[in-house]
Amino acid sequence: MTLAVDPNATVTRAEVEDFLYHEADLLDQWKLDDWLGLLTEDASYFVPPNDKPDADHRFTLFTVADDIVRLRERIIRLKDPNCHAEFPPSRTRRMISNVRITGVEDGLIAVAANFAIFRHRRNEPVREFVGRYRYKLKRTDAGLKIAERRAILDAEELGRMGSVSFLL
Amino acid sequence: MTDLHNGNGGGNGPGNGSGNGRLVVEDLENLSFSVNRKVFVSDDVLEGEHRAIFDKCWVYVGHASEVKNPNDFRSRQVAGRPVIFCRDRAGTVRALINSCRHRGALVCREREGNARQFYCIYHGWSYNTDGSLKGIPGDDAYPPGFDKTKKGLVPVPRLEHYKDFYFANFDHNAPDLHRYLAGAKDYIDLVVDQSPSGRMEIISGVQEYDIKANWKLLVENSVDDYHLVTTHSTWLNYMRNSGVNITPAKGHMLPTKGFGKDLGNGHLTTDNPNYRGRPVAKWISVYGEEAKADIEAIRKELVERLGEARAARVADTNRNLCIFPNLVINDGSSVTVRNFFPVSPGHMRVTAWALGPVEETEAQRARRLHAFLTFYGPGGFATPDDVAALELAQQGFAAWREVPWSDLSRGMGNSQQQLATDEGHLRVFWRKWSQLMEARQ
Repeated sequence: MTLAVDPNATVTRAEVEDFLYHEADLLDQWKLDDWLGLLTEDASYFVPPNDKPDADHRFTLFTVADDIVRLRERIIRLKDPNCHAEFPPSRTRRMISNVRITGVEDGLIAVAANFAIFRHRRNEPVREFVGRYRYKLKRTDAGLKIAERRAILDAEELGRMGSVSFLL
Repeated sequence: MTDLHNGNGGGNGPGNGSGNGRLVVEDLENLSFSVNRKVFVSDDVLEGEHRAIFDKCWVYVGHASEVKNPNDFRSRQVAGRPVIFCRDRAGTVRALINSCRHRGALVCREREGNARQFYCIYHGWSYNTDGSLKGIPGDDAYPPGFDKTKKGLVPVPRLEHYKDFYFANFDHNAPDLHRYLAGAKDYIDLVVDQSPSGRMEIISGVQEYDIKANWKLLVENSVDDYHLVTTHSTWLNYMRNSGVNITPAKGHMLPTKGFGKDLGNGHLTTDNPNYRGRPVAKWISVYGEEAKADIEAIRKELVERLGEARAARVADTNRNLCIFPNLVINDGSSVTVRNFFPVSPGHMRVTAWALGPVEETEAQRARRLHAFLTFYGPGGFATPDDVAALELAQQGFAAWREVPWSDLSRGMGNSQQQLATDEGHLRVFWRKWSQLMEARQ
């Protein structure tokens, strides 16, 4: 992202950090309906494939490429006891760091951050998901909202991470 | 001892007792088919599989579309061996063992690319993309009998393809691939017929993930329609919420009545009337209204090219095809090519790709990929629950001594064709597996 930061944008990094930490807390607590409330009405969520981390989901097979319709369905699934991969829900803990506002484009605030997510399940060793976030945030009357959320894993392959069955 | 094997104890498996030491026991008289769970946990069995199956059968290497241009390459593992799958400068597709002839190091470390040579970082030996030796630093120090023309990268013993799907065989004496594939060819044809030119391509983006379960469980799972309703109820809900009719057909577990088929040589498939939408070419509401006309146009092209009957076969039926031992092509919500190899008895490594016609427009390709992710893959609405089921089974196998037998008798004694929700097609795999493993002993 080579865009200059819009001097008129009033958002600060501290605000963005508070927002991301709040989001991480909702996800770690599995408050998924509250998390949906953080999204715009046309939000999207992507996990690119490990071998093509910067690719476009229209031409490349992603791990996850949800528009808002499928994202809402994903939340329905994750709350269902028949979502076997996540029932009982995994215990997760997210560490968010290196938060930066990297630009403003079309009224959307581009944000970069790093993450380390530890996932624990009974009878399984801990699985670690490490990577970077790329957000597009929108300032609304109701506060910041997520218009786009991209979780890009660092690993060369999913390998022992196995499935991406919870929200990264 | 007899009580354990004939009563309600965990040993209750083969109709007549312990199975006489056999691991797969079919009893046609008492209509039982049992697999001893030792096959999922034993290091000895895995070693036997390497020698009797992976060293003897045709195993998938890659698709021609992955190496489109001269000097394109992909490095990957094939049956435990490091392999370079590439197209040489003259255009011939090759599979070379990725190991320097000098002292063994990998000569290709990148996942994919285009290169005029493969180069060993250890002592600098280099190879052309046809495998021939290109150069040796300080070659004047080698003795007079040292023949550089015999020091090229070693090709896999056999490399053959069917409609651009390349397979290797580590047995020089294996029957040719086309004969080996037997009836599976007809089902590959149904997949390839989706393309107006008969050319399919692997789409960029690979899914590589581990399952902590025995590799054979994924063979079973990939073609087992019995589990769909229980394991994938959240996916069915998603389809229903999107306006797709998922009501089971009368007297059946699934929305349509499909079959499980024996294709010969251990290959098998499901063959199901479609209900879940197909990018080629059956519209469902998940695709959106704007896709309707486009899918009708794809359908029209199929009919013009193939005739009504064949077009309907291609566009209105789904197939989960398993080519023995470990290649799965699932042609349903989208097309996935899935290959998997054992790491240890309780651990497999899966590689999965999306496949599509080369002619697809941007909108068609985007729709295909979207449809793929509704069901398949480690972030899909279904595959993670398959993985969960397989890992739970593997955990259960820890008690294989107390509960030694798995039951695969569904549909036995049914003189009609086996349903996809029966286990007749799973038994095809196990018979072939058993035959090869016993031939070795």
